[in-house]
Amino acid sequence: MTETTLRNRLDTPRRILALPISRALLALLVILLLGAVFNAEGAFFRWDTHRDMLRHISRYGILACGMTLVIITGGIDLAVGSVLGLVAVLSALFLIHWQWSPLAAVPLCLLAGLGCGAASGVLVARFRVQAFIATLAMMVFARGVAKYISGGRKISQGVQTADGFEYLDFPAFFDLLNARILGNNIAVVTLVFLGCAVISWLLLSRLRPGRYMYAIGGNEEAARLSGVPVAAIKTLAYAMSGLFSAVAGICQTAQETQGDPEAGASYELTAIAIVVIGGTNLMGGRGGVSLTLVGALTIGYLEKILSINAVGEAGRLMLTGFIIVAAVLFQRTRR
Amino acid sequence: MGNVLLEMKGITKDFSGPLVLDDVSFELRAGETHVLAGENGAGKSTLMRILCGVHTEYAGAIYVKGRPVRFRSTQDAARHGISIIHQEFSLVPDMSVADNIFLGREQTGPLGWLRFVRERRDCASLLQRLGVQASPNTAVGAYPIGVQQTMEIAKALSYDASIIVMDEPTSALTEPEVERLFTVIDDLKRRGCGVVYISHKMEEIYRIADRITVLRDGHYIGTAAAAALPRPELIRWMVGRPVGEMYRRAPVSPGEPVLELKELTVPDPGGRPRPAAQDISLTARAGEIVGLAGLQGSGAGELMYGLYGAYGNVIAGAAQLCGAPYIPRSPRHALRRGLALLSSDRKGEGLVQGMSVTHNITLGALASYSPGGWLREGRERIAARERMRMFGIRADYVEQSVDTLSGGNQQKTALAKCLETQPRVLLLNEPTRGVDVGAKQDIYRLMAQWSAAGIAVLLITSEMPELIALSDRIVVMHQGRVTARLDRADAVPEIILSAAMGGGATQRGSSQELERHD
Repeated sequence: MTETTLRNRLDTPRRILALPISRALLALLVILLLGAVFNAEGAFFRWDTHRDMLRHISRYGILACGMTLVIITGGIDLAVGSVLGLVAVLSALFLIHWQWSPLAAVPLCLLAGLGCGAASGVLVARFRVQAFIATLAMMVFARGVAKYISGGRKISQGVQTADGFEYLDFPAFFDLLNARILGNNIAVVTLVFLGCAVISWLLLSRLRPGRYMYAIGGNEEAARLSGVPVAAIKTLAYAMSGLFSAVAGICQTAQETQGDPEAGASYELTAIAIVVIGGTNLMGGRGGVSLTLVGALTIGYLEKILSINAVGEAGRLMLTGFIIVAAVLFQRTRR
Repeated sequence: MGNVLLEMKGITKDFSGPLVLDDVSFELRAGETHVLAGENGAGKSTLMRILCGVHTEYAGAIYVKGRPVRFRSTQDAARHGISIIHQEFSLVPDMSVADNIFLGREQTGPLGWLRFVRERRDCASLLQRLGVQASPNTAVGAYPIGVQQTMEIAKALSYDASIIVMDEPTSALTEPEVERLFTVIDDLKRRGCGVVYISHKMEEIYRIADRITVLRDGHYIGTAAAAALPRPELIRWMVGRPVGEMYRRAPVSPGEPVLELKELTVPDPGGRPRPAAQDISLTARAGEIVGLAGLQGSGAGELMYGLYGAYGNVIAGAAQLCGAPYIPRSPRHALRRGLALLSSDRKGEGLVQGMSVTHNITLGALASYSPGGWLREGRERIAARERMRMFGIRADYVEQSVDTLSGGNQQKTALAKCLETQPRVLLLNEPTRGVDVGAKQDIYRLMAQWSAAGIAVLLITSEMPELIALSDRIVVMHQGRVTARLDRADAVPEIILSAAMGGGATQRGSSQELERHD
């Protein structure tokens, strides 16, 4: 049996090419080749270009990890950007304004994100609100809470006091999160992103709830009749997405050195784009975190190559639109 | 009777496999109601789908009013005056009556403007002709089902349809609505239309039929005037297989009662007032296979689903599982209590098509392969290989996606999934649907093994020989109620079919029923 397994899986290159991961890697390779050609006088071959790209894409990647879970159950989470904004404000408030210990502040921030996600999840799973609507509502609501808490202003080190202006210390925790380590060669937020990817990979591939997520996305009725606790698992997927949004929110504040209530607007679209370019099926049931990692690199490199070649934002956005369509069509034609 | 409206000659059809229709002929005259009768799977619906242009690949010839035709689409058939009234209506509930009737061929003026007023006027006169009190401007969904059905007929008439096919039109209707439908049919006949009427209800057939044509296993059996075809003869035409050819499972000595139902009632999942299954009492003992017989609308499938908790906690009546009270709550709960269900809809409800054979097999019993939540893929694969060997599932490798397997292998995978949960009661809904002969034999062999292992089985199958061959006892249902209880010795196709069509239990059947209630 093992021999047959090996033969069937390895002997035909076509079969390997038919795997979503091969196609995702191929798309990435095309982008990398573009980068090698348009290398902006060698800028593309320097490590700090790659390091900065990875740092830049990390927050989106963290959101995309949670989004992958939700999309595999056949849903969508539009609230990730707003929850990121809410947690950015909260973490700035706790850590910068109130100078709390991260030991207290970080769990509270994560809990807030988890709560938002779980609320979306309960709406979708128990009250059968369409995922698009439920998370759209959460997207608007969380943004409102962020603005309410911050009073609509960015929360930064500068505070108005009775006798003018005072500067608070920037917490060491944020400095650490915003640092580069290993000889200045990799950003800490990139490691956080990888950590999130490992967690969601473990959940999807090594834990029972992950298997149930695939089953629900693949055929919800069959899953229900097989005794899968559909509502609980769906809620878990949205809760995890909220949790990852909170992680991204803390990173956001660390990187921007302030808590902006407007932070994260339209990030949900980038996160969805990353998942889709990776090849995870929007209908649910198929895909994975490894695909999302490749998708994140593809989008990250695309933007980086355009920016080192001094293509303006207008051109970048238009090209990104084209690339998304091209990638998705490419994923489909060989299926 | 009037002129011949329709002739179908030598119709033969296969779906890349065995013949579904083999040299079938059918004739319809103006002003007659022609009942098309046969068991489930006899080929009635396929024949009608060919007539209505749904299936365009077939051998044979169709003549409409003497002219040869070959339809390339449903629109094509509609243009020739052929119209079908489905069990599930093809009306858009939120659109108005008039918009529905003219959907797809709106009357338009220059620049594509809708002739709104004219549509309303035509619609109103159509409704009046059929004696319906309804406003053309009201949404269709606001009317009861019986009225909606008449609107479907109005739509057919608006096409100037002369050949109207009705596929079990009364299955969702109340008694007065049925009466109204029959009046409308009489009216259609007077206007020179021909009506093809498919029904599983004996009363109805003899109420409405001018002639009856019977199909069996895709073959044309015969056509006769209703008056010249007494009920027992009709039943014989429908089931007439030589009994000698049938395989029969060796009888088992049943053990303790495992599943006992007392006056169980399952409400209609669609929310209709009449329960899907009503006051069902039955007992299944360890090692016993109890067949649930019934034609479409019998409620046997709903009984299984209700028992499995698929509709939630909605069941009235009492059930006992291994001596302990059992109230269906959810499939998850049912599985934990030792029930397992094989759905008749393998694609829609049975298997997760994108997942591998292994993952499908272990899905229902995943907890035992993931202690502490961590999946043990190695153990899963070992178990899956074992099941594949036991069940004779042919796949290239255990990680193969289940949707790439043949129908028979998919069905065996679905069965393996059920067995993986180590059930005490197996609810099997059409275990051999869409599988080839070899796989069928495998499944029969497996069922014998399970009953030898003491599993109680409730079996639904639309194949009569299979039902008789496998069942230790047969409970026949019609319109949600038990109409006969038969032991192996009494399980004769004629009696089963007669009871399933609501023809009343035979003498033997009813005495059986009394004995069982003791």
